Amino acid sequence: MRVTVPPNPFDHLMKYAQTLSNGDTREQIVSAIFRTSQEICNETVTYTKPSKQYETERLDRIVTSKLWGFPIMLAMLAVVIYLTIAGANIPSSMLANFFGWIEGYLTFAFEKLHAPDWLYGILVLGLYRGTAWVVSVMLPPMAIFFPIFALLENYGYLPRVAFNMDRLFKKSGAHGKQSLTMAMGFGCNAAAIMSTRIIESPRERMLAILTNNFVPCNGRWPTLILLASLFMAAGYTGGWKTFVTAGVVVAMVLFGIVVTLTVSWVLSKTALRGVPTHYTLELPPYRRPKIWDTIVRATLDKSVYVLKRAVAVAAPAGVLTWILANIHIGNTTVLAYIAHSLDPFAHQLGLDGYILMAFILGLPANEIVLPILLMGYLSTGALTEVDSLHDLKQIFLDHGWTWLTALNMMLFSLLHYPCGTTLINIYKETKSKKWTFIAFALPTGIAIAVTFLTTHIIQWLGLI
Amino acid sequence: MAPTKFDRLSEAEPGERFRIEKLDIEGTMKRRLLDLGFVPGCEVTVLQKSPLGDPTAYKVSNTTIALRIEESSNIYGERIRDDNE
Amino acid sequence: MTTNEYTIALAGNPNTGKSTLFNLLTGLRQHTGNWPGKTVVHAEGFFTYKDKQYKIIDLPGTYSLYSNSADEEVARDFIIFEKPDVTIVVLDATALERNLNLALQVLEMTNRVIVCVNLMDEAKKKGIRIDIAKLAKKLGVPVVPISARNEEGIDELLDTIDLMIRGAIQTKPIVIPYSRSIEEKIAKLLPLVKEIVGDKYPARWIALRLLDGDTSLLDALKQENHHSFKEVARYASNRSAKSV
Repeated sequence: MRVTVPPNPFDHLMKYAQTLSNGDTREQIVSAIFRTSQEICNETVTYTKPSKQYETERLDRIVTSKLWGFPIMLAMLAVVIYLTIAGANIPSSMLANFFGWIEGYLTFAFEKLHAPDWLYGILVLGLYRGTAWVVSVMLPPMAIFFPIFALLENYGYLPRVAFNMDRLFKKSGAHGKQSLTMAMGFGCNAAAIMSTRIIESPRERMLAILTNNFVPCNGRWPTLILLASLFMAAGYTGGWKTFVTAGVVVAMVLFGIVVTLTVSWVLSKTALRGVPTHYTLELPPYRRPKIWDTIVRATLDKSVYVLKRAVAVAAPAGVLTWILANIHIGNTTVLAYIAHSLDPFAHQLGLDGYILMAFILGLPANEIVLPILLMGYLSTGALTEVDSLHDLKQIFLDHGWTWLTALNMMLFSLLHYPCGTTLINIYKETKSKKWTFIAFALPTGIAIAVTFLTTHIIQWLGLI
Repeated sequence: MAPTKFDRLSEAEPGERFRIEKLDIEGTMKRRLLDLGFVPGCEVTVLQKSPLGDPTAYKVSNTTIALRIEESSNIYGERIRDDNE
Repeated sequence: MTTNEYTIALAGNPNTGKSTLFNLLTGLRQHTGNWPGKTVVHAEGFFTYKDKQYKIIDLPGTYSLYSNSADEEVARDFIIFEKPDVTIVVLDATALERNLNLALQVLEMTNRVIVCVNLMDEAKKKGIRIDIAKLAKKLGVPVVPISARNEEGIDELLDTIDLMIRGAIQTKPIVIPYSRSIEEKIAKLLPLVKEIVGDKYPARWIALRLLDGDTSLLDALKQENHHSFKEVARYASNRSAKSV
């Protein structure tokens, strides 16, 4: 015979409470609370400048208007990218010069100490140059992009973007707040994966996670900017060059958004079927940010972040690449051997084996893809000093690059699998190996398909 | 009971005010709307529509909240046409 | 738990500057930005004031504590079960009316509350004047006006925390009057609730939650009382069965 456990007292109470209650209890409770709030406010709050109340609304009437809503968003994006590109050139080359100057002293010191060549190779040509490259190429654009972005964010512009874009996301079966998580992706996809927590519906959150990668993160901006300026804007000079570069990068971002919406749409009709859940979006009042505070904080935070990543990821990757490029099998290096075996497949995508290998070795962090590529290209087997962009372009041209190669590399960079950190975060957030794998395979498949089609269509059209 | 004698919030035009009488929405969404101030008896001002026509921004309880048509068409009440703020 | 450590919870609507205040008090750097919901991971930090150690928890920004979402449950459970020594409700001075709802809800749950009216600088710019003394009198708890991003009013806030910890402040939270039918139902439930929870939880609030059919709170209560519930169970179930 079993002793029955007495029912929980709370269950009893609840049952009793429910016999008392009727359908609109919540409404009554909330109404009473609101009434109390209103009464308190009526007695404690006075408005002395009524016209000031409508400032946010007046601005919203322009920023989210039928006529200006989208043009303003596009203009904001273009201006931020333009300023980033225009402003980063000089500090980038200054940093590169500075690191080159230090390298001279390091080389001198190694010679003085009679250090063996392999040690010099690993430490200076691999580790030091790898880190220096990442820092000088990454830091300036990020130190411009993020403060501007933070100013817009603190001012309160992001919710307006979500408001303007909502219909598009709804049509593709995604959550309206996905545009907020995408905006976070501009900074770092790994962090953006965490920010998808603002989407409560698991289905829509998964959509946001799987597509976040189509927003270029700070590891990929420099690749996009550099290739756009070297190859797409090659025929232009001065201000126009920056302008065209910015235009190409903006086009890339827009293409990423189109892919995001398309993929969301397809997924919400197939693997992640369902209707968009309801939601409400608050548009907070615009608040003038503390400008210097925001700029200094955003710059410092990002600088520290980039530096940390450079040391944690770029440095070991630099060492590894140097080793691969200096171990010989027969009369070729391991690096060259891998690159050559990837060649046939890569050519189908309009790339080459070195590019593909750089993407593969760059899995831990997108920042190091370009440095690895350059190291692969150089027969010396070490990262090149980026003294002038002209030298850089010559390296690419020597390896048979055309504007199509650059375009394909940009597309592949925009669309391919997320970096290792992002994948780890996806696994932490989804707790699913399957979805993490999909988050890897889906973008990769799209990257391969898009570059394949681009290459073959352009070749077929005889444009190259 | 069919709330036919009331207007829908979605029918109110930007600039108009609207007094809420009834929310014909169930579950979490209703509770969320209540929390935000879409409470029977309260007044809402229609601010403006998104460039693509939906959602619409509303001023409620001195804050701006955007709702999609799915919600606003199930909020019933009375349009207040004489706009003399 | 260390003997001399006090716990402070920060509650508030999304986007009221809670994280800014949190960063200011702890010296930590959570991400802040002007859009609702950007604090995704709830954070805790520490600070010392007048020889007292404080642990401060930045609860997720919520519009209410009625368990409509995971965030709201986290915030509610923390206030009810962890019983912070002080709960600071951060309000946006420019949208006081909507923000006060949350404050009123918290005041139903605990009397160890400090209401912090943030963004006073924004309110001033917009010509919004708030009678702080009157607000405090109405709410029955201390009200401190601050501007977290300009670091204004923080000393007064810290002093108020210190006074409350030392028991130097007597609070008498406002009791929200409900409709007659709800009040009648509360009156019927109140003695039964008190019998089960005693002084452990706010009885009037629990009665309201039960009337509202808040099953999430019910589950949380059951879980929390798993160990202590057996001895009460028989008595209470007899009792409530009788009343039904």
